[in-house]
Amino acid sequence: METQPANQDRNNQRQQAAASFKAFMVSNSTKSNQNLYDHLARLLTKVMDERPQNAVDVIEDLSFRVKRELLADFQGTLRGVPLATAAQLLAEQQRLLFSQVDEVEHDDEQLESQYPDVNEISYYLEQAGVGLGREEMQRIFLALKKLVDSHPLQRCRLWGKILGTESNYIVAEIENREGTEEEEQSPDEAPDEESEPGLPWLKLPAVTPAQINAARCIRKFFTGRLDAPISSYPPFPGLEANYLRAQIARISAGTQVSPLGFYQFAEEEGEDEPEEPSDSYNQNPDFEGVPVSKMAESLSTWVHHVQHILQQGRCSWDKEILSTPPWSTKMSSTLTPQYAVAVLRSNLWPGAHAYACGKKFENVYVGWGLKFAGEGYVQSTPLVVQKDYPSGPDVTEALDASLEEEQALEAAIELKQEELESLEGEEDDEDDYDSLDES
Amino acid sequence: MDSRWLLCSLGHVCGSGYTLSGEQRAALHTSLILLGKNYKFTQVLFWGKVLGLKEDYFIAQGRGDDEMKGKTFLYSFNCMEWHLLPPADDLTVSEVSRAASGRFTGNPSHEYMEPRGEAEGEAKGEAKGEAKGEAEGEAKGEAEGEGEGEASEEEEEAAAEAAEAAAPPIKVTEERRLAVAVHLIDEEASVVPRGAFTRAPHGRVEANRSFQGLSHADAGKLDNFLHFAKPKKVKQFFQELADLDPSIDFLDSLSDDFPKGQWSLQWENGSSVCVIRSLLWLGMTFYHVPMTPQHGHVYMGDGCKNLNMAFML
Repeated sequence: METQPANQDRNNQRQQAAASFKAFMVSNSTKSNQNLYDHLARLLTKVMDERPQNAVDVIEDLSFRVKRELLADFQGTLRGVPLATAAQLLAEQQRLLFSQVDEVEHDDEQLESQYPDVNEISYYLEQAGVGLGREEMQRIFLALKKLVDSHPLQRCRLWGKILGTESNYIVAEIENREGTEEEEQSPDEAPDEESEPGLPWLKLPAVTPAQINAARCIRKFFTGRLDAPISSYPPFPGLEANYLRAQIARISAGTQVSPLGFYQFAEEEGEDEPEEPSDSYNQNPDFEGVPVSKMAESLSTWVHHVQHILQQGRCSWDKEILSTPPWSTKMSSTLTPQYAVAVLRSNLWPGAHAYACGKKFENVYVGWGLKFAGEGYVQSTPLVVQKDYPSGPDVTEALDASLEEEQALEAAIELKQEELESLEGEEDDEDDYDSLDES
Repeated sequence: MDSRWLLCSLGHVCGSGYTLSGEQRAALHTSLILLGKNYKFTQVLFWGKVLGLKEDYFIAQGRGDDEMKGKTFLYSFNCMEWHLLPPADDLTVSEVSRAASGRFTGNPSHEYMEPRGEAEGEAKGEAKGEAKGEAEGEAKGEAEGEGEGEASEEEEEAAAEAAEAAAPPIKVTEERRLAVAVHLIDEEASVVPRGAFTRAPHGRVEANRSFQGLSHADAGKLDNFLHFAKPKKVKQFFQELADLDPSIDFLDSLSDDFPKGQWSLQWENGSSVCVIRSLLWLGMTFYHVPMTPQHGHVYMGDGCKNLNMAFML
């Protein structure tokens, strides 16, 4: 039976080889203090547990993940403190939006304060391909409702959203109730803005004509902070809040449109029902500009070339920039045209949209707040350096006389005066003697 | 964005203003699946929308096994019928950059003519009477060539212009212009988070199945986001920090772009979604939900580079 001990020898050798190899595998790595044996054991356990598809293809990824999970265990114990993340803080604030208002006074006045129908506008905007997402729109409108409830407002609508580099603005346009403030008879429009729904609304300052003109010359992104300075040439008189207000005014003047016949003359004080029933907006729309200073509503036509004359009597036509028509019209859906919405997209102010469907229409702006500039924007050159006043004899300075020269001059003048007085004095004395003699 | 996650990722990027209507979403969802089957793409993405004056182009991207090399672009008007966009090589790019200007019209066979002499821009950009346009262009070119040939400094220019006047003016269809625009935007402005893609040793770029997402702290830093295009800078690993990994960091980071500030990183909804917008190509939006592997980018804009960006920052 010689094969048995030979077999045993071979077995022993194999066992010894296996034992030494196992010892090799169990030896810890100098870098990571782990050993191959444990790692392979863990890896195969993981494969047994998870049974991934095509395990041989993903085995390297799994190995990596096993290694990383080991480390993650060590770090997990350190993360005990729950950080109040920004999301949680915002969620707390936004929760207030959803709270019901308990004491609601159902006066007649209250019913007048309208805010738009949330779901309807969001639906139409989505059909038009414009929008901010359903949940965000919902939150915005709830914030608007809160704004309306907290201040006495006649009307309030969502103007739009302006994107900035660090943060964005959501702008609402409000009309104050007549009689609550000492304003003129025409209701005052004042945009409010907030950066995220749930945060408080801030009123934007009124805009001056100088700011509008300056805003026309510069082209800057918004940063998202209202108090940021605007460094530009020509220098803008104000902070970002003023620049924002100026751009809002320009955009409103440039892009608020409505279907023909929707609004009547402002003197008649009423919104009449529109007369057109159909949805065929295929012709070029015309548009009417509105001066920024004070205005109730902007009027325009969509189908015909007739324009309404406003109280101020100022209106201007759109000009084409670089052969780009000022507006693009579209139907939102070609498959179901009878339910489609007509969409108007501005090419002068990219981001301004208007939609109309039957009797309803709305304008909204979502964009960067900048006008379409065509190919290049030429920054205005600085002013020519003013020349000095030409120097002539009347302007040139003369040196002041020094003290000695002044004294010498005075002494010379005194001498001359004394001489004159002594001459006069002799004459006076002779007169006096004569008078004495006579008396 | 990946077509599989189209519905939920649109909710993240629509903060930039443009979304898709319900009808378009449904059509896209269906047609992108069919597209993948017909062209045998490994992955189909909805790349975005280029807004034209009359019509908008919907762009889809199909990828093969190698994520970086096998990119194909297709466009459509109604999200159902797709046409292949021609690939954009350097010659096409240079031709388009000379000839095309202004907004996209929406008509893929619209022709842009290279402007000549003083009448640049408006008149030449329209496709009225091409023969008349050619004759005018040549005549002006020759006249200018003669006039300027007298000045010694401008002799070279005159020679070049005369040579140009002799050659027909370059005409570019809008389809090629679209291909170039899409190619440039994809190369310069497509963003991926660091770690989402790995490069195998033999050079193939693949999605990283182990990518669990960036942490909140990491997602707030711009250098954890990379351009998804051929890297222009060669990374020197032994000089950089020790935690650069050659299989992950083979792409250029966003924070290396010049001028700085052309990417706007914001958090939406508190800190639940990180959104990066490009200021150079207005309309490019990238989103990433931290601690999850969800990320994607979409372009919805007019397809024009913002050349004035340096003034606006």
